[in-house]
Amino acid sequence: MLRSTLSVLALGAAALPAIASAEPVKVGVLLTLSGPPAVLGEHARDGALLALKDLGGTLGGQEAEFLVTDAEGKPDIAAQKARRLVESDGADFVIGPIFSNIMAAIAGPVTEGGAFLLSPNAGPSVFAGEGCNPDIFVVSYQNDQPDQVMGSHANSAGYGNVVLIAPNYQAGMDHLGGFKRTYEGSVTTELLTQLGQLDYSAELAQIAAFQPDAVYAFLPGGMGVNFVKQYEQAGLSGIPMLSSFTTDETTLPAMQEAALGKFSSGSWAPDLDMPGNAEFVEAFVSEYGRVPASYAAYAYDAVMLLDAAIAEAGTEDRDALREALKTADFPSLRGKFAFGANQFPVQDFYLTEVVQREDGAFATSAKELVVADYVDAYAGACTAN
Amino acid sequence: MANLFLLQLLNGAQFGILLFLVAAGLTLVFGIMDFINLAHGVLYMLGAYLMAMFALETGSFWLGLLLALGTTLAVGLVLEWLVFRRLYDRPHLDQVLATFALMLILSEGVKILWGSAPLNVAMPELLSGSVPLAGPLRYPVYRIAIIAAGLATALGLWWLITRTRTGMLLRAGASNRPMVAALGTDISRLFMLVFALGAMLAGFAGALVSPVLSVDPGMGEQILILTFVVIVIGGVGSVKGAFAGALLVGIVDTVGRIFGPIWLKLVMDPAAAAQAGRVLAPMLVYLLMAAVLSWRPNGLFGRAP
Repeated sequence: MLRSTLSVLALGAAALPAIASAEPVKVGVLLTLSGPPAVLGEHARDGALLALKDLGGTLGGQEAEFLVTDAEGKPDIAAQKARRLVESDGADFVIGPIFSNIMAAIAGPVTEGGAFLLSPNAGPSVFAGEGCNPDIFVVSYQNDQPDQVMGSHANSAGYGNVVLIAPNYQAGMDHLGGFKRTYEGSVTTELLTQLGQLDYSAELAQIAAFQPDAVYAFLPGGMGVNFVKQYEQAGLSGIPMLSSFTTDETTLPAMQEAALGKFSSGSWAPDLDMPGNAEFVEAFVSEYGRVPASYAAYAYDAVMLLDAAIAEAGTEDRDALREALKTADFPSLRGKFAFGANQFPVQDFYLTEVVQREDGAFATSAKELVVADYVDAYAGACTAN
Repeated sequence: MANLFLLQLLNGAQFGILLFLVAAGLTLVFGIMDFINLAHGVLYMLGAYLMAMFALETGSFWLGLLLALGTTLAVGLVLEWLVFRRLYDRPHLDQVLATFALMLILSEGVKILWGSAPLNVAMPELLSGSVPLAGPLRYPVYRIAIIAAGLATALGLWWLITRTRTGMLLRAGASNRPMVAALGTDISRLFMLVFALGAMLAGFAGALVSPVLSVDPGMGEQILILTFVVIVIGGVGSVKGAFAGALLVGIVDTVGRIFGPIWLKLVMDPAAAAQAGRVLAPMLVYLLMAAVLSWRPNGLFGRAP
């Protein structure tokens, strides 16, 4: 606990131009790195570190230091650590977090302490509308978007009735709500399960009895692994399964063949045909031995954004830096990248399908564009920026 | 509807048998040795991880299962010798503290060894696929295998406890430890055996469910709470009670969460029924526990202290 903040001093400082007199740019990387959901944070951390390595240990030509910190999945602890990063350790930027409840806890300490917050994953609606904040940049997506995209896809695929399944807690309701916002067919039933449920045989029997056109699931982490494996075993492979945050590169190693052909959506996939993306995936696989998930790609993009903004505006003038972050032109793994008025991305969303790569690993694959230049539902209410 | 109800009963019984496999070891250790082992869930997790490792290395489910069983037995023996035997004569609070610490250490150890990403265990060819029931309803073959393995374990334990000399000593040790020791039985060897058996049962359960469930660092904690509910309902120390309690919890949980909202709709309006069903479903097993305890304060098959 004493040394939970581990400094990663970038290599290659010797190769720098002669600006060594300046203090290094300090970036807090605040992610949940312990407990069962640690794997999501590990992907984001590795993505950020890989970006720093690709940049030769510098951001905008200045030497950079990443302070990798464990948010422990606890909002109160994450808030303390965010305060320490910004106030004692002198971080000018914080990249994080993974989870939306942590975001709500650290947004205040980070921005009030005079630092910028760049989220590589969490994009809760509270910061997208009236509560938008000029010092918060969400590099990933707005939380509701993947579900809305799946709703649109269900319409165009002609699914007339769908069974919904999610754990019975706030995020579960939010994600099903997002799907229903765009889905125009009829919802056969909503199965609300317990958080951390192990056995889904009862729900699967209900699905088999209803024989819907498709199933839409939001079951992150181990719940999704349990559900997808049992889905195949119950002989339901004939019913298409759509999901969000259920079949991705963090859970696919455990699902393997059972997940083949399952659909979800995203603004990035490992095989997305964009400049630099193939090289990123290849470097990530050889460095960390696993296929990167979106958390890694968004964290990589966040570091590249920082690099471009600092190169343009330096680190002295905060207002110029904010403007540079907002308009930064950086090589995103998603191709073009632009922020909307609320500093959430305006970007393309794809339908993704689980496939097996040539090296045998399982990954999502971008199948088709579903919505282009998608603006989230809350951006109009943001007036602060 | 009747078919579906029967299928859900079967699903409930199967979930109950899965819980029994974990609960049997815990109730043995708890009842016979009067020892609270919070690390039991971690042993279950260890069984699943060892299974994942051995199955991958040997390429065979069955060989993996055998090796995982042997290793959890060995781990049980080592833990008993290293940690637990120092705790038998200490108060429950010390036991809870020490085993809680062990739980954290082993959880972190598993993460260091195997990483925090969930692992996969391939299902053996022989037991994959599903058999048709009525209409579109099917039942996975592997689930039938879990039911069979659970029933065989229950039968084996019953035979061990009621029909063998070791079982007789176990029962004697549970009711009067000093007397058994005075009659010349090596009680510490007996306890070591019970503990190793309990660890192996937990490991067996973990290995058995690994093709169905996610093998991840949180799996031990998820099951531990339900397991405690099972042994409290069944009566602490009674394997028979653990079996009855596990079936009851499995069926009430499964049938309740599916049919509860449907039955509620018969007596109240649909929106309110959906809302009430949502709130009640996670509470059902705890309500069951409260009801059983108010009727039988020592559990279904528990002895009065």
